[in-house]
Amino acid sequence: MVSINSTQSLPKISKRRATTLGIVFLVFAIAIVILFIPSAEPQQRTTFALDVTRGEALPIGSLTFSTTLGLYMMVLLSVFAGAWQLAKGFKHVYVVLSMVAGFFVLAFLIWAARDQSMNLTGMLQSSLLRAIPITLAALSGVMCERSGVVNIGIEGMMLAGAFLAALFGSIANNMWVGLFGAMIGGGLMAALLAVLAIKYKVDQVIAGTAINILATGLTSYFSSRYLQTNGALNSPPTFRPLPIPLLSKIPVIGPALFNHTFPVYLTFLLVIAIQGMLYYTRWGLRTRAVGEHPRAADTLGVNVFKMRYTNVLIGGMVAGLGGAYLVLSSVARFDELMTAGKGFIGLAAMIFGKWNPIGAFGSSLIFGFADSLQTKLAILSVPIPSQFLLMAPYLVTMVVLAGVVGQSRAPAADGVPYEKE
Amino acid sequence: MNEQTDKEPQVSQDEVAQIKDISQTKSRRRSQSVLVPLLAIVTALIIGALVIIFTDDTVYVAFGEGFFKGLWRAVEVIGKAYGAFFTGAFGDPVRIVNALLSGNANQIMRAIYPISETLRISTPYIFAGLAVALGFRGGLFNIGAEGQYFIAGLTTVYVGYSLPGLPWIIHLPLALVAGMLGGALWAAIPGYLKGKTGAHEVINTIMMNYIAFRFAEFMLDVGGPMSRGDGRPVSPEIAPSSYLPQFFPNSAALRFNVGFLLALLVAWLIWWLLFKTTLGYEIRTVGQNPRAARYAGMSVPRTIVITMAISGALAGLSAATDILGVLHFMPNAFYSGYGFDAIALALLGNSHPLGVVLSSLLFGALRAGAQNMQGIAQVPIDLTSILQGLIIVFIAAPEIIRALYRVRHLDKGEELVLTRGWGQM
Repeated sequence: MVSINSTQSLPKISKRRATTLGIVFLVFAIAIVILFIPSAEPQQRTTFALDVTRGEALPIGSLTFSTTLGLYMMVLLSVFAGAWQLAKGFKHVYVVLSMVAGFFVLAFLIWAARDQSMNLTGMLQSSLLRAIPITLAALSGVMCERSGVVNIGIEGMMLAGAFLAALFGSIANNMWVGLFGAMIGGGLMAALLAVLAIKYKVDQVIAGTAINILATGLTSYFSSRYLQTNGALNSPPTFRPLPIPLLSKIPVIGPALFNHTFPVYLTFLLVIAIQGMLYYTRWGLRTRAVGEHPRAADTLGVNVFKMRYTNVLIGGMVAGLGGAYLVLSSVARFDELMTAGKGFIGLAAMIFGKWNPIGAFGSSLIFGFADSLQTKLAILSVPIPSQFLLMAPYLVTMVVLAGVVGQSRAPAADGVPYEKE
Repeated sequence: MNEQTDKEPQVSQDEVAQIKDISQTKSRRRSQSVLVPLLAIVTALIIGALVIIFTDDTVYVAFGEGFFKGLWRAVEVIGKAYGAFFTGAFGDPVRIVNALLSGNANQIMRAIYPISETLRISTPYIFAGLAVALGFRGGLFNIGAEGQYFIAGLTTVYVGYSLPGLPWIIHLPLALVAGMLGGALWAAIPGYLKGKTGAHEVINTIMMNYIAFRFAEFMLDVGGPMSRGDGRPVSPEIAPSSYLPQFFPNSAALRFNVGFLLALLVAWLIWWLLFKTTLGYEIRTVGQNPRAARYAGMSVPRTIVITMAISGALAGLSAATDILGVLHFMPNAFYSGYGFDAIALALLGNSHPLGVVLSSLLFGALRAGAQNMQGIAQVPIDLTSILQGLIIVFIAAPEIIRALYRVRHLDKGEELVLTRGWGQM
């Protein structure tokens, strides 16, 4: 009865939602007209630089065009999308939604860079780099939560990873050993979470919070005892950029994607690997089963506890790699509280990406973009306080969570300890 | 594990058993609800001591000279560290007695400085701990005390500096209410979202922490709407008419103020609200079993919003007492760390107002003592975070403590539901 009802009402809801989305597209177009076009003079020109100074991409110069023309193009594209959606409807409407949001952001960039030059390729590059630790944090969350264990402790796992990455890397004078240390650090914290959540059935949010506090305390304590007094323990070597032959020569895409350090490529690989394993292997099917309906999985002979332990441990190691990235790819030292909330942003990215690895990567990119946009706007002297741009990812997450645009649903048994009969 | 699985089918039997021996177990259960937290604290302190020993070079050197020498050195190190901890938190007893005997006001004030600091730091802890504890009672996990603290700081300080010339009897309460409203509003938003859409309050309060942090940064940044205007990212000084009265107005160092009494009063009020009023009953029912609450005709979303709002108001009071009683302005970096500490406080206090007050006194002492420990024994202040993390672990997983000390498990049945995973609603 219930299922019949829901299938009957489904087209109705989606039709209403389709109309709403069409109107949303038109609102974006109107927003561009109201916000940006009045303050753009007709003779102003926008320049998007496409070459980066370092790297080996073939130079292609830069793109210069009339600001107003560019803005009207964006309006036109958004209006077209809105009209098409209202008249016929798109099949993949959320893809179109993100495209229209992209038009709006592009319009904003065109407007912000009027009479000035903005390096678009450089911006893509820095967005990606800022997205890497967030992606690893989000992947860690995906691993744990898909198997039914809520992981609030990502931040702590990253901190532990960053700490041991610096320590191991410095002692061995080898960044690979540092990377290994990070996996141990994240893994140890994850093991604590797993034991508390799975064996002792502790409230998982509280267990995660305890891990955050404990990791903060431990890393800060040992850091001020040893790393800060003995510089030799806190100077790990760092990864050098490894341009991929040929691919790194492609303009724009090359510098943005194929001229990075090993941990960045590792992140790409992990996104693809976890996505593939989660949806196309027996292990993935079991993980999802354990996260959605552990009793059913147990009945079919899946070892719920074992699945959860393995997933949480792997998740912790991935989070540790996120911490290692901060140490071994950018600053080459450990600082107290250096993760600065990236674990929590990763949590947001995981939800925004609907508990899906590729989705999590996509939303991490958006968060990384907001972060790098904020620094760029300060240079362009745009009259928008950078704080509001930095708020945006969190606001968007709340909106998504509230189900305003596209519901994001957690695995059904997420956060529920499993009791064997 | 077994008790919990048995719970569902055997509810009636359990209840019968409970009623039968309720008179016997009640006192024993009460004693255990104190015993486990105490053992948790002791265990955390022991592990903390081990951490201190293992990270002290002189201990290794002494062990090199001989086993008993090493052992003795370890005891010395611990004695020095925890001794400094104690005198930093409560003052040197000898010095206090001497000062009292001499009758010199200056000496007395200097001698009681540590304990006055402990009480001062406990004040915002009590409010923040109550905020989280009330949330737990209502089945809500308010991780957002820190964000509510930022927003309440802004509203308090605004009323404090923008209305000079008011008599204090109006100005001070107004500033306190402003702080409560700021915190209440900020917390009511995730409450509303939870009640209305089912969005989990843990995520939303975390997100709102960051939004609040950025918002406060924007308001107080150089050139921001609430900055002082002299090139420093701080708010203007509040008017003296909004100050919380000090207990020792002659001494600038003794910052202990009336806020502490207010905290005790509010703790009593929250106890009364939770256990003596209809609203409190509703909050606890929704917290324990929202479905039952719904069947009983309570509006679950409304109760959730109210619980979050009161919780936010309490978190707001911790900011208000900090600003009106101690700082007298709001700095840009207003990190307090209360948001996470408060979770430990609520857990340690078993989400009971009296428990929260006691654990706040303990944490106040921890913070005040750690400062001294760092100064005298060179033990990093971060040891307190390790201790807090361990205390949370042991309180949240009492089986570990029970196994360590062979304490029998008595309290079947009445276990506090803390939070729910976000898969199920």
